[in-house]
Amino acid sequence: MQKKVTNITFNPGFKENIYYPEVFRGLWITNRHFFVNMWRHTLNLFGIRTKVRPAVTYQYPEDPRPAHYRLRGRHRLTEKQNGAMRCTACMLCETICPCDCIHIVPGESPDPHIEKFPEEFTIDLLRCCYCGFCVEACPVDAIRMDVTRTEMAGYTRDIILTKELLLGKVKAHPWENWIAEGVEEKAG
Amino acid sequence: MSEKRELNLPLGPTPEKMQAAYAAADQMPGEFMHVQMGPQHPATHGVLRVEIETDGEMILKGTPHIGYLHRCFEKVAENITWPQIVPFTDRLDYCSSMNNNLGWSLACEKLFGIEVSERVQTIRVLAAELNRIANHCVALGSYSLDIGAWTPFLLLFQEREHILDLFEELCGGRLLLNYIWIGGLSHDIPDGWLKKVRDFTEYMKPKVPELNQLLSYNKIFTERLANVAVIPADVCLQYGVTGPNLRGAGVKWDLRKSEPYSGYETYDFDIPVGTGEMGQVGDAFDRYMVRVHEIEQSLRIIEQAAGRLEKMPGDDVQAAIPRTFAKVPAGEIYFRTEQPKGELGFYIVSNGKSKPQRVKCRAPSFSNLCVLSKVAPGLLIADMVALIGSIDIVLGDVDR
Repeated sequence: MQKKVTNITFNPGFKENIYYPEVFRGLWITNRHFFVNMWRHTLNLFGIRTKVRPAVTYQYPEDPRPAHYRLRGRHRLTEKQNGAMRCTACMLCETICPCDCIHIVPGESPDPHIEKFPEEFTIDLLRCCYCGFCVEACPVDAIRMDVTRTEMAGYTRDIILTKELLLGKVKAHPWENWIAEGVEEKAG
Repeated sequence: MSEKRELNLPLGPTPEKMQAAYAAADQMPGEFMHVQMGPQHPATHGVLRVEIETDGEMILKGTPHIGYLHRCFEKVAENITWPQIVPFTDRLDYCSSMNNNLGWSLACEKLFGIEVSERVQTIRVLAAELNRIANHCVALGSYSLDIGAWTPFLLLFQEREHILDLFEELCGGRLLLNYIWIGGLSHDIPDGWLKKVRDFTEYMKPKVPELNQLLSYNKIFTERLANVAVIPADVCLQYGVTGPNLRGAGVKWDLRKSEPYSGYETYDFDIPVGTGEMGQVGDAFDRYMVRVHEIEQSLRIIEQAAGRLEKMPGDDVQAAIPRTFAKVPAGEIYFRTEQPKGELGFYIVSNGKSKPQRVKCRAPSFSNLCVLSKVAPGLLIADMVALIGSIDIVLGDVDR
């Protein structure tokens, strides 16, 4: 097979070489950010001009980013003051859920003053789209999404929250203690 | 050796240099090479596969293959109730969820005859324009990353982070927001939020000139983008290209001005168009620069909206939400809004029941991507990346 090889010689002239100032202008801007930040950190260290906030890097797993209380994180079920579940198994959250991730089996409550309570309350986290409709639909404030922890990953595909997990009573998986932590943060 | 193939000269724009190169390639015996660009290519902004037929460095044919991210939005929408579709519109174009929510909600409100209060409209405009800035930060940042500049990407994502923090405080979501509902909003604005929006605009204003200094008018960047991948206005109109790509071609068309919705006619802002300041009108630099100017215009709208909200008395943002969607008026509607990427239209057929009978989503990125096969012939392989980045597609929007 015949090959054609063309040698191209490129001699950069003045017009091509004037990109050097552009490189240094970009470097000047990025370096200015660096030194301004360092200056602000130094001033803050001595307690001067603490209102000007320098750039902060969160030391993530140990020191998570502060979350706002409206952040839609993982679900949890709330309790009454006597420790009973608030949920009355009215099925509103199961009806509004666009992804069919909530499954409730209602049953008769042991307390004679309460009509119904959920015997099973499971949320399939891998189906959940975190829209927050269940929180909005609940008439008795039984379900909340204020755990402020959003790292939900696992090695299996059965990340299913049961009633005990949602109430924070069982800690079987590594991601369980978030519920208890979330409740503590809320109380404190 | 393959036989010499007939070269189809592209109908689109081709500089004389490229035509000379075509003529030279005609004389040369050799094989054309097929290159699959994607779907894992980092510069295709997701899962886009472009099948390229090349002759040396030159592209003879570029065909986009889509469908890797298809999630059946239109079919899913037929099986769930009207308000439940709102979180699914978040996932169409996940960089601009608020504008998708706005498009769906306005379409349904017009179909059902719901009137929302002026305050709700103003909050919607404010939130949508914040998301427009966030979307353009992603577009410009990832474009600079495609071209080879790393620092502007980090700077722009830092700006975007402020907007996401504002959204987190507003509605609880950062990327997928589910904020604008049919007939209202999910939450009222929290206390002190407008002050933070004011702080953000004050912070963002000097960032745009800094971006221009760092990237936009950098000689390396302008030389790279000028006269590359020119999409002239008539091709844009043939293919239904909308948004900043159309405005980059010099056509002054913005649905916020030409078909105002949600009270956009009362705001004072300009429509930036491409002027060809570095090369031809409609080249990659013009499309880039239109987005930079749109950030400035969005900041103007945000300031006006924040100023109005500060004077308005508070009201219930969920007042106009119907108690039930079990019975809705029957009929059909096509409603379009200006999303950051272009014209987002929803065609809805309602038969009066709790679920829509048919939903058609006219996604801006899909129509914008269609022009790729027209523009690609005659480009160099390296310019393909510049083309894909400059039309700013999100594959969630292309495939739906």
